[in-house]
Amino acid sequence: MTDIASPAVRISTRPASAKRDIGIKRRYAAERRFRAYGIGAISLGLFFLALLLWTVFSNGYTAFQQTTITLPIEFTEKVIDPKGERTTDGKVLMTANYPLLVRDALIKQLGIDASKRPLVKQATDMVSASSRTLLRDIVVADPSVIGKTIPVTLLAEANVDSAFKGQIDLAVDQSKRKVKDQQVTWMNELASAGVLKKSFNTGIFTFGASSRPEAAGVGVAALGSLYMMLIVLVLSLPIGVAASIYLEEFAPKNRLTDLIEVNINNLAAVPSIVYGLLGLAVFINFAGMPRSAAVVGGLVLTLMTLPTIIIATRAALKAVPPSIRSAALGLGASKMQTIFHHVLPLAMPGILTGTIIGLAHALGETAPLLLIGMVAFVVDYPGSPMEPSTALPVQIYMWANEAERAFVERTSGAIIILLIFLVVMNLGAILLRRRFERRW
Amino acid sequence: MNIMSEAAVEKALDQKMNTVPYKMIGKDVSVYYGEKRALFDVNLNIRENTVTALIGPSGCGKSTFLRTLNRMNDTIENCRVTGKITLDEDDIYDPTIDVVELRARVGMVFQKPNPFPKSIYDNVAYGPRIHGLARTKSEFDDVVETSLQKAGLWNEVKDRLQEPGTGLSGGQQQRLCIARAVAVSPEVILMDEPCSALDPIATAKVEELIHELRTNFTIVIVTHSMQQAARVSQRTAMFHLGNLVEENDTDKMFTNPDDQRTQDYIMGRFG
Repeated sequence: MTDIASPAVRISTRPASAKRDIGIKRRYAAERRFRAYGIGAISLGLFFLALLLWTVFSNGYTAFQQTTITLPIEFTEKVIDPKGERTTDGKVLMTANYPLLVRDALIKQLGIDASKRPLVKQATDMVSASSRTLLRDIVVADPSVIGKTIPVTLLAEANVDSAFKGQIDLAVDQSKRKVKDQQVTWMNELASAGVLKKSFNTGIFTFGASSRPEAAGVGVAALGSLYMMLIVLVLSLPIGVAASIYLEEFAPKNRLTDLIEVNINNLAAVPSIVYGLLGLAVFINFAGMPRSAAVVGGLVLTLMTLPTIIIATRAALKAVPPSIRSAALGLGASKMQTIFHHVLPLAMPGILTGTIIGLAHALGETAPLLLIGMVAFVVDYPGSPMEPSTALPVQIYMWANEAERAFVERTSGAIIILLIFLVVMNLGAILLRRRFERRW
Repeated sequence: MNIMSEAAVEKALDQKMNTVPYKMIGKDVSVYYGEKRALFDVNLNIRENTVTALIGPSGCGKSTFLRTLNRMNDTIENCRVTGKITLDEDDIYDPTIDVVELRARVGMVFQKPNPFPKSIYDNVAYGPRIHGLARTKSEFDDVVETSLQKAGLWNEVKDRLQEPGTGLSGGQQQRLCIARAVAVSPEVILMDEPCSALDPIATAKVEELIHELRTNFTIVIVTHSMQQAARVSQRTAMFHLGNLVEENDTDKMFTNPDDQRTQDYIMGRFG
């Protein structure tokens, strides 16, 4: 202050201020450097994220298209029901020789002589073997089609599908690839006739497990995952929130509660496969629950998610300002009323965030499910969580192990579906959060 | 609730202070936080329809004493209260006394305005709702309006009762908190430095409000401002290091205190 008032004093202090000047440039340089590190770190993260998404999407987008062949199928009575017993014997329609119908339609379309067996074999190999069940379902649903000719869209066999999508190198000698030259010729012929074309692959969403890629889908796995998510949500949210409220608001602070707290924190870091072992030992071997069932998976994932939810909820409860509690208590609200009328609503956004993170974690978990037998070949939709099913990440794991060329794109396709599941869940969480926060 | 006219109360307060009956009696009140003793055998009585100011340097135990009067200390772990405090004839630390009921009779306003993050209406209606003081919509409307009027806030907020209470200015928030306390129709209102977070204009409004409220309520106020104690209170109690130094009529306290320490504190020699 004095050096402003008197110039004489200011002159005398100059050397000191000159000495103090050191380091300003260095400080700014350090700050710039630090910012550069930060930008570098974020860029690296974004680069790998982009790489991941690009790999998955570039490999997987073709999985959402499927080559189909639309043929006029003649539902000949002679083939389906040669003895005319279908009204008395229900098995006739189930066991009829439907591939013969496909063969007949195909050789008619391609103009092949039925006596040339190797050619006919090559032609019928272009159509998925799943055609048998497709035609059977049509006939069983409506037996009046027998004797009529109806255009039916059949799935192309996986290798033809891959070839038509340009995934098979046709320059290679035909003995070294699964699609022969004759089949490629027919494929192009059918494509130019408009019979063979690519269309949106609804099957990947609806089909169950199949060893034939064109007939494999994540339908069963998605339903299994949905069952498990519902079980996890219904069990872990109330249990987790109740446990946190008790620990945070009511429990006395002593050695026992300290021990419990330490254990909860440790449980959050326990490898998930350990939970799988626990589920196998307790739920399946001890409690005798069914193997491969979504209910066991849901219970195991609930145990795995609980610590996450408890930790998040306790943090959210702790973050509610004490003045709100005092205000409610000062008005004569009981402890319960204080918590349920004031503290919990304010902690809700934090609780929801923790829950959704826990759920997302559980959705992507594979290891514990392997141990409780959810890595299974399940063709039929589970009617309830007690029936065998698989889960999305396990389905991805299983497809990644398949040798067929067409499973490569389907694996990536399933990853895309899982990611979409996650994005939808996170969006839901964000919307819920906004709703709760926007109240004030 | 008191039915004396304001004039009669004024008269009683100003002229016959010593004949005003006691509302609360504190006898040998000691408070321990764990091993640490915060209050030493305080004997302090609170007179009915009077504003009693508690003054003293920081950490002297005045807030601690205030919080024993509605058992807010119960919420602090390791806190132990000995001695006896009565509200009318009831020992408030008696095990048969329900703390919820006690706090309905002895309301509290805090240092920092702490409205609930709800609408202005819900802030005021919350107390009556949990205590079952109002049942129908019109009863709630009534109690909200009268409480806000008593807190001198009605005219400012009557058109925006559904807006959040946290959106008001600091002074308005504090008056909302007073309205919220008043809505439960308590007998005693405790105020813990209610103006310390407010600007002078808001402070003046709250002080005026305290002055008006004393016709219906017994008020105990903790304050750091000597001027405020002199302006709003009729009785003043001076605390120092956990002891009650002196309790006297405010006028006497600020002109001719009995105790040297009071004199020193008021003159600004310590604190």
